[in-house]
Amino acid sequence: MSTLSAGDNQASESTTGGVELKVQEGIPKYVFLAAASTSLLVMALIMIFLFREGLAIFGKVNAVSFFFGKAWYPTYDPPEFGILALIVGSISVTLFSSLVAIPLGVGTALYLSVLAGPTVREYVKAAVELLASLPSVVLGFLGMVVIAPAMQEILDIPTGLNIVSASIVLAIMAIPTITSISEDALYAVPRDNLEASYALGATRWETMSRILVPGALSGIGTAVILGMSRAMGETMVVLMVAGGAAQIPSSLFDSVRPMPASIAAEMGEAPFGGEHYHALFAIGIVLFLMTLVFNLVVTYISARFQQKGASTL
Amino acid sequence: MISFEMGSAAGPSCLPREFWYPVTLLSLPGWPGRGRLSCLVSFCLELLDCLKAGLSCGSVNHIWGWGTKDDVEDAMEKYMNKFTDIGTLIILSLVIAVFSLCPSSAGAGERISITGSTTALPVAQRLAEVYMEKYPEINISVAGTGSGDGIRAIIDGSADIGTSSRDMKGKEVALALEKGIKPVKQVIALDCIVPVVSLDNPVTDLKVEQLRMIYNGKIKNWQNVGGHDKQIVAVSRDSSSGTFEVWQEKILNKDKVRPDAQLQASNGAVAQAVAGNKYAIGYLGIGYLNSNLKALKVNGVTASFETTRTKVYHIYRELLVFTRDEPTGPVKAFLDFVNSPKGRKIVREEGFVAIN
Repeated sequence: MSTLSAGDNQASESTTGGVELKVQEGIPKYVFLAAASTSLLVMALIMIFLFREGLAIFGKVNAVSFFFGKAWYPTYDPPEFGILALIVGSISVTLFSSLVAIPLGVGTALYLSVLAGPTVREYVKAAVELLASLPSVVLGFLGMVVIAPAMQEILDIPTGLNIVSASIVLAIMAIPTITSISEDALYAVPRDNLEASYALGATRWETMSRILVPGALSGIGTAVILGMSRAMGETMVVLMVAGGAAQIPSSLFDSVRPMPASIAAEMGEAPFGGEHYHALFAIGIVLFLMTLVFNLVVTYISARFQQKGASTL
Repeated sequence: MISFEMGSAAGPSCLPREFWYPVTLLSLPGWPGRGRLSCLVSFCLELLDCLKAGLSCGSVNHIWGWGTKDDVEDAMEKYMNKFTDIGTLIILSLVIAVFSLCPSSAGAGERISITGSTTALPVAQRLAEVYMEKYPEINISVAGTGSGDGIRAIIDGSADIGTSSRDMKGKEVALALEKGIKPVKQVIALDCIVPVVSLDNPVTDLKVEQLRMIYNGKIKNWQNVGGHDKQIVAVSRDSSSGTFEVWQEKILNKDKVRPDAQLQASNGAVAQAVAGNKYAIGYLGIGYLNSNLKALKVNGVTASFETTRTKVYHIYRELLVFTRDEPTGPVKAFLDFVNSPKGRKIVREEGFVAIN
């Protein structure tokens, strides 16, 4: 396949000379430059749109009362646009879901790459990948119809639609991301290092904890942050399972209203071009900046802790 | 991956042959030695390979550690691979786009588009289905994203009929007039809103004042309204929904809904959140009542089609349709059908209260 086409190209290079080669190289270059610019352009347009629509709210509401106001009553007269409760809602479900997802995700990756036999590995890996392909609305439905009522019944708490149940569902969604990226990172650790460790008489546990995990730390860090970023931006699950109460939670069993849920639930009814509409876009900006920070952290981690040696991540 | 015998593809020689592969596939009667169908099948298989290759190349490879070492061994080869794969993808997607346009331009008959209130969605859908069965030449598309969207669609002309569970706001009327549109309103049904609790809850009747105090947070325990000593979980609709607006107007009366009220995005979600939770109270359209929920009387009046129509039960709202102007042609015919006895029967079957 590829060897054939590459050889074909090299042959034509030697026989037909420079001019044709230049054309051959030039046209594709611009075609794909255009293709690559499309995503850049779309990104830029989205950002311009987001910021233009969102920043308009600050002409009517001051920034401090927007970010630190506790009352979210966008449709009342006069309206109140305080998104602190929404931010706290998003952060609480993201943090709690990472608490669940990180040990499970990284643990699965370690098991798969170190301990599992080939058959088990194949099945578990397939299962994890299948988990990743489940639509979020299906998981949200599961959380709403199965997890929440069961939790409410068993613990006898006022409501099952709360931080814990939303976090559990979000964790289920984040696990495949964390597992597959961590596993790739673990595989990228040079076999030489592991073999050297075994040759020096280290046990499997010692090799795993002192050579393998430190060597893959940047990749695992990346995995965790990407998993958290997924949980932060997830909309359907929090819309269905988090309860939707715009309050600052006082316990893990309180309902919250994370930012994406608020945008999704209210955008359809917000009068076009009104304050509420702009406020929802401003929430979008906050969400965008938060995930941007996550991405910057990922870039920083992979640049700063890049593993030196035979193989780099 | 793309592979073929040399010399089998046609096309100007200034571009690599791979570039013309999909084009020749369509222009030639058949691949030499193979039928056209098998060509397409193998092409699809190759496309899958291309997708896989696309995933494992590029910067993702460096950040996430995907792909194998072999991928980077031969830079030239990789370049050619990517080149071929992406070129194929682009051209194929163009071809698909062209093909997918064909049936829509060939479609015949009148089209009516309806968009707006999620509350009106099931009834609008059913009305459209029955109408299309009767008049197959009419094509009706129905969408439900919210009353605001229905009104917006009328103003910007993206739909013929906008459904809404609230009247137009002053701003929206001004915007419509600015664009030279005179929206026309029609009532198609009454949506009666009923407070509900779970079947385990002993409470059967609440006064409007009690409902107000439950929803503004003054009453926090079921004991205060004749129930068990349990905390009240108030389930409400999103503050921008039409259902909430009715509740606000008829029950809360300017008070703010308590901040710990669970705001659900749909009637179905409210039903789900209340059924089986003995702490909860919610409210929803009479059409969404089911055997897992207990409807409460309000001021001693049971909500029913009859009590709503006679206005004895007063927590209801009108479901409206808006058109850009006085309806004409197929739109008018459809709206006439909605107001016919048959249309009213459908409205009733969907759980709304038909107007007389």
